[in-house]
Amino acid sequence: MSLNTFMQHLSNGLALGSLYALIAIGYTMVYGILRLINFAHGDIFMISTYIIFYSVTLFLMPWWVAFVVAILLTGAFGILVERLAYRSLRNSPKISVMISAIGASYLIQNLAIVIFGGRPKAFPIPEFFNEVVYINAVSIPVANFFIPGITMAALVILLYIVNKTKTGMAMRAVSRDYEAARLMGINVDTIISITFFMGSVLAALGGMMWGIKYPNLIPLMGLMPGLKAFIAAVIGGIGNIKGAVVGGFLLGMSEIMLIAFLPSMTGYRDAFAFVILIVILLIKPSGLLGENLAEKV
Amino acid sequence: MSILKTENITMRFGGLTAVSGLNLDIAEDSIVGLIGPNGAGKTTVFNMITGVYTPTEGDILFDGNSIKKLKPHLITKRGIARTFQNIRLFKDLTVLDNVIIAHHLRLDSNIFSAVIRLPDYTKKESDVIQKSLDLLNDVGLLEYKDDKASSLPYGKQRKHEIARALATEPRLLLLDEPAAGMNPQESIELMEFVKEIRKKFKVSILMIEHHMQVIMGVCEKTYVLDYGVNIAEGSASEVQNNPKVIEAYLGVDE
Amino acid sequence: MKKENKIRIGLIILVVLILAILNFTLGNYQLRILNLAGIYVVLGLSLNLINGFAGLFSLGHAGFMAIGAYTSALLTMSVAQKQSNFFVKPIVPWLANVELPFLPAMLIGGLVAAVLGALIAAPILRLRDDYLAIATLGFSEIIRVIFTNTMSLTNGALGLKGLTRYTNVPYSWGIAILTIIFMFSLRRSSYGKAFMAIREDEVAAESMGIDLFKHKLLAFTIGSFFAGIGGALLAHLMGTIDPLMFRFLMTFNVLLIVVLGGIGSITGTVISAVVVTVAMEVLRFLDGTINLGFMVIESVPGMRMVLFSILLMLVVLFYQNGLMGRDEITIDSMGKFYRNKIKKGAKS
Repeated sequence: MSLNTFMQHLSNGLALGSLYALIAIGYTMVYGILRLINFAHGDIFMISTYIIFYSVTLFLMPWWVAFVVAILLTGAFGILVERLAYRSLRNSPKISVMISAIGASYLIQNLAIVIFGGRPKAFPIPEFFNEVVYINAVSIPVANFFIPGITMAALVILLYIVNKTKTGMAMRAVSRDYEAARLMGINVDTIISITFFMGSVLAALGGMMWGIKYPNLIPLMGLMPGLKAFIAAVIGGIGNIKGAVVGGFLLGMSEIMLIAFLPSMTGYRDAFAFVILIVILLIKPSGLLGENLAEKV
Repeated sequence: MSILKTENITMRFGGLTAVSGLNLDIAEDSIVGLIGPNGAGKTTVFNMITGVYTPTEGDILFDGNSIKKLKPHLITKRGIARTFQNIRLFKDLTVLDNVIIAHHLRLDSNIFSAVIRLPDYTKKESDVIQKSLDLLNDVGLLEYKDDKASSLPYGKQRKHEIARALATEPRLLLLDEPAAGMNPQESIELMEFVKEIRKKFKVSILMIEHHMQVIMGVCEKTYVLDYGVNIAEGSASEVQNNPKVIEAYLGVDE
Repeated sequence: MKKENKIRIGLIILVVLILAILNFTLGNYQLRILNLAGIYVVLGLSLNLINGFAGLFSLGHAGFMAIGAYTSALLTMSVAQKQSNFFVKPIVPWLANVELPFLPAMLIGGLVAAVLGALIAAPILRLRDDYLAIATLGFSEIIRVIFTNTMSLTNGALGLKGLTRYTNVPYSWGIAILTIIFMFSLRRSSYGKAFMAIREDEVAAESMGIDLFKHKLLAFTIGSFFAGIGGALLAHLMGTIDPLMFRFLMTFNVLLIVVLGGIGSITGTVISAVVVTVAMEVLRFLDGTINLGFMVIESVPGMRMVLFSILLMLVVLFYQNGLMGRDEITIDSMGKFYRNKIKKGAKS
């Protein structure tokens, strides 16, 4: 492999890793607070791409307006999912909540098939992102620069919110001890809604950049990226925002490199992530940056 | 002859030392108390003896053999049974089933003969059911046998949990605050009950208790734990008059 | 013989009679649904054993079904069938000339699924709840991806076509009835009770001397065995299998049955399996074009699954016990019901 193609793979790996990272943050934030795998998160991500598609093709919005609209609507959609599928089950056995999560995911997918149709749609890529930059002889799509850049910017803003603002402090309090936070006068419901909003906004950011990179929209497109982003969150240590980003980059990069160095393994690409997941769960279930939680007897 | 001995057992969780250098010696056929203020590490001692935690240091000898590295179910098989501070019955199952389950480990029958109901299994099963009914009769819970465990009143649930522990046929029984939440009258009944089961089932008993009254009523020997350290041991009256104990456990006189 | 046993045997004879009558009167399409219902009874009960009895939340059912389906199909296919299927890449030599009757092939399918189930479960059973769910889902996906890529073993994405359709009502419902009896007997045994103890409280179960690992592994292995059997029956009903059949959707369908029936209930699962299978077929029209006479609704694929997902959500959100909770319809409970009715009748 020449250095040039390697650089190309590297930039692709960075881009894919950023996308996983953005989606993974949503899983990790929700898990941190509710100890719940939000199976519908991948589908929230899928919805965001369709919102952009219809905003541009049906409502003829300029792409940047469509992006803003998609971010806000997807955030609202995330809140809606929590209200309908999870809120009334907060004190239910874990198995019920998981079934509800799986049900919600399925419902969104099938509603998408009914409403948007099963046939693939082409994501309206803004002209600008179609350009290619040449560095020496390496051609790299502009998107490959923007995607990691936007991801890092989003991460900085998110970490600022979580660590420096009052809302962030409340979020951390709720994730530490739900009941104690309620007794301290924190409105737990609001905090959970904000968490879902923020997670979904990041999923929408991921969705719009995913569309630019892989412009083929289908109702089931959230499934695999969703599962892989969840795996990324586990790798990094679920509940840990930085961990989710690290896990996302690691997974995206190693997936691209696997295909680059062992082209015969391309067919096994989707299994690869699950193998990593199981290895991590067995060796270090708390993930790379996570804490150990012992159960009290 | 001692049935259980702990040699310098220490349990650390990260930087926190929950129990440090504890030496217990429980004679066969005795009732021993373990007391101490909240957070003194009493339940941690139980968790080490029953294999839920492995001690960071020290050793635990049951009948002279180390059980320190055994898993909980194997320790139960050797003959140590326990109850829990916050009752942990199988809530959705019947009173009788709870006790039958505790017999499962001694049933010694493979799953195929159990499902196909080979005579070898059905014979053992009817023995177990009879034994379980006898046990429930002994502890006065027979009339509730078909009720859900969670439907019993609180005091009876405590008794039921003790019965379930006895069904594993232990030689040492660990009771974690059996009188918690009971009024004086019930506590006295419980004391009698504990003495009775020692006689009837020939078990030694180690119990954690807060009620000084209960400890004085039944325990031949008592250990006092404070911040994970054994600060006194002896008969109930000796312990009660020990100034260290008064300071740590009963509070300094004002 | 005890009276209860007499009633039990009478009941089984009655069911067999009804099935026999159905077998000779129904048309091909209805027979197919009847067979499918029997298969889903087996599948639902096997997942109910893992999830409902032992409390292990497994999402890997489709994977074990795939193993049973492929193993049995590769064993029943004739040499000629294999040659015509494997035209891209020839089949591995050690399988090329094997041809077994359906029953042993199905049993081997179940056994292979059980062995793989045990191998997979052994390392991951110490994971809890959601982690176990994700790990089992992961394994199921890995199995599917492997089957898609091993051309000379499974024919890859092309799948296996033209399997002889051995599955008939005696097979599907015969095995379903055996599975029902097995599950009742298992639950009555001390092993079944030990499983339920683990579901209720692992710590307490362990302190009662129950070997958690051994019992969880047993539950998972037996569940995988029946999943494999169900997969084998399904393969020889459909006549065609490919890796896409065993996506998560398959696990979802089985999970739906168990949840609607009441997690932990045998009779609930059986009733729900039959109702869901029939409903899935009857409601197929929703996906097609609907002609209401005065207006025509264009075909909307996916409508059926929307309905079932909503149903699942409604049950989980508002009626968590499903049809039966953990209760059963037994001879005893029917007797009580009947007596109560008489009492009420006498009063009024």
